[in-house]
Amino acid sequence: MNAASAMSTGDLTRGAPAPGRAVRIAVKDLNFYYGSFHGLKNVNLNFHDRQVTALIGPSGCGKSTLLRCFNRIYSLYPEQRAEGQILLDGQNVLDSHVDLNELRSRIGMVFQKPTPFPMSIYDNVAFGLRLYEKLPKAELDVRVEESLRKSALWDEVKDKLKQAGTGLSGGQQQRLCIARTVAQKPEVILFDEPTSALDPISTGRIEELMEQLRDEFTIVIVTHNMQQAARISQYTAFMYLGELVEFGQTDKIFMNPTERRTQDYITGRFG
Amino acid sequence: MPAVTQSIALAEPRRAARKGPSRGLDTVFRLCSYGAALIVLLVLAGILGSIVYGGWPAFREFGFGFLTSSAWNIGTEQYGALVAVLGTVASAFLALLIGVPVSLGIAIFLTQLCPGWARKPVAMTIELLAAVPSIIYGMWGLFIFAPLFARFVQIPLSNVVEGMPILGTVLYARVPSGVGVFTAGVILAIMIVPFIASIARDMLDQIPTVLRESAYGIGCTTWEVVRHVLVPQAAVSIIGAIMLGLGRALGETMAVTFVVGNANRLSASIFDPSSTIASRIANEFNEADGLQLNALMALGCILFVITFIVLIIARLLTRRVRAA
Repeated sequence: MNAASAMSTGDLTRGAPAPGRAVRIAVKDLNFYYGSFHGLKNVNLNFHDRQVTALIGPSGCGKSTLLRCFNRIYSLYPEQRAEGQILLDGQNVLDSHVDLNELRSRIGMVFQKPTPFPMSIYDNVAFGLRLYEKLPKAELDVRVEESLRKSALWDEVKDKLKQAGTGLSGGQQQRLCIARTVAQKPEVILFDEPTSALDPISTGRIEELMEQLRDEFTIVIVTHNMQQAARISQYTAFMYLGELVEFGQTDKIFMNPTERRTQDYITGRFG
Repeated sequence: MPAVTQSIALAEPRRAARKGPSRGLDTVFRLCSYGAALIVLLVLAGILGSIVYGGWPAFREFGFGFLTSSAWNIGTEQYGALVAVLGTVASAFLALLIGVPVSLGIAIFLTQLCPGWARKPVAMTIELLAAVPSIIYGMWGLFIFAPLFARFVQIPLSNVVEGMPILGTVLYARVPSGVGVFTAGVILAIMIVPFIASIARDMLDQIPTVLRESAYGIGCTTWEVVRHVLVPQAAVSIIGAIMLGLGRALGETMAVTFVVGNANRLSASIFDPSSTIASRIANEFNEADGLQLNALMALGCILFVITFIVLIIARLLTRRVRAA
């Protein structure tokens, strides 16, 4: 990245990419099928350690599909299948002998809508922890608090940890879901349009939160909101009709895209 | 701008063509709807009133003792509800004990584990079970289930438990005929399973996919997803479904009359013949008059009250689950 473009985009992206970050996830020749429909076509892409990568593109372009491959959540549906390789620290997560439950504790996911579980705020966070770690009560308390602090929710809920998670506001619920994910100390967090059901203020808080989470986690976010992608990500991938059209540093994609289709999309000419 | 005014002007005559809202018809519609709702209340009040009126002489004659007495003697005109009430409650409770786990198993299987192609046929079969008339269940229970049950379960089991404390009473069949409270419970369970299972299935189906996916997404196994997320999420409706099943089990008459044994004897064994309120009424209403008829009516009142209590418990339970 040259100095001129860094200056011109300084107001566009909050965090400039740290060059030389290791590749955390490598996607190689990934093809995805919904029954006979070819949802992803030969996708090749790298995700960098402790960076936010945004996946953008019009509805149905395959960005959510790609996200759902990383933790193999698609395998809940027998008619869906993926071919190719997704290497997480060198290990192919698409291998048939990968332990899915363990994989999903290493790759957390936050969904379009807040999905608090039908239990107390405390248990919502502790539940995922208890699945994989046998912790004494005191240590569990510490971990729950730590996770709620990391997701910027602690101050709002510390006096009502025993209350139902469903009683919180939409934005709080979504941060609770992030706390739940963070508590498991995953390596990667996938966000599938995490703010599409939230008001602008809640959206702003979640975006700030991601900025902080980037210190610890590799983040992949699917978003329909291009300003959001520009604000929070260091890398952006533009997808169209199941193909990866362009991938690069966010400044480059938004300021000076190589592909005509990328330019048309980000300037609002289609999509 | 002129084009817009023009189109507004054009729209004007069309609006005039619409008939004015007819107040009269609206009032008629409203009254009909109110009336329909009112009829239900009137019918309910009428039934309740006439049963209480009919049962009153029995309550007056025996007082509170009607509830605690196990007598049912037509010759001496001594009547008590205890055996029938206990039989009703026990058979319905056994039905839930057997039926609820099976129903939830079916609902969970259908919504979470069943391969797509098998879903429809299995669901259809279960709904067909609900369509079988109760007299068929009764007949099947008496002529086929009871003899087999007596031979392969009651007799061996009685031999084993004979002489044991508690079990020797509860599971001992004095006359291993196959009919009794337990058999009634089994038949009732078969009858309520389709109800509970299909409501529970619908409720589990209504849970948003994202909730299920996010439970799997933190690394839950299917069991953990079902146990900690899906079932609690649908708990209110599932309790409702169970209570509906319980209501049906309490009032079911035909099938139970076949298999419950129709004895008026107080027994601690679930294999002994007994009676339920509904079966007692069904057996005797034809020849009853005088105080006996009053006593049957009084039994009817008690059944009403029991069902009412179930309804209240259901309400309280759902409220508590909702609050939690």
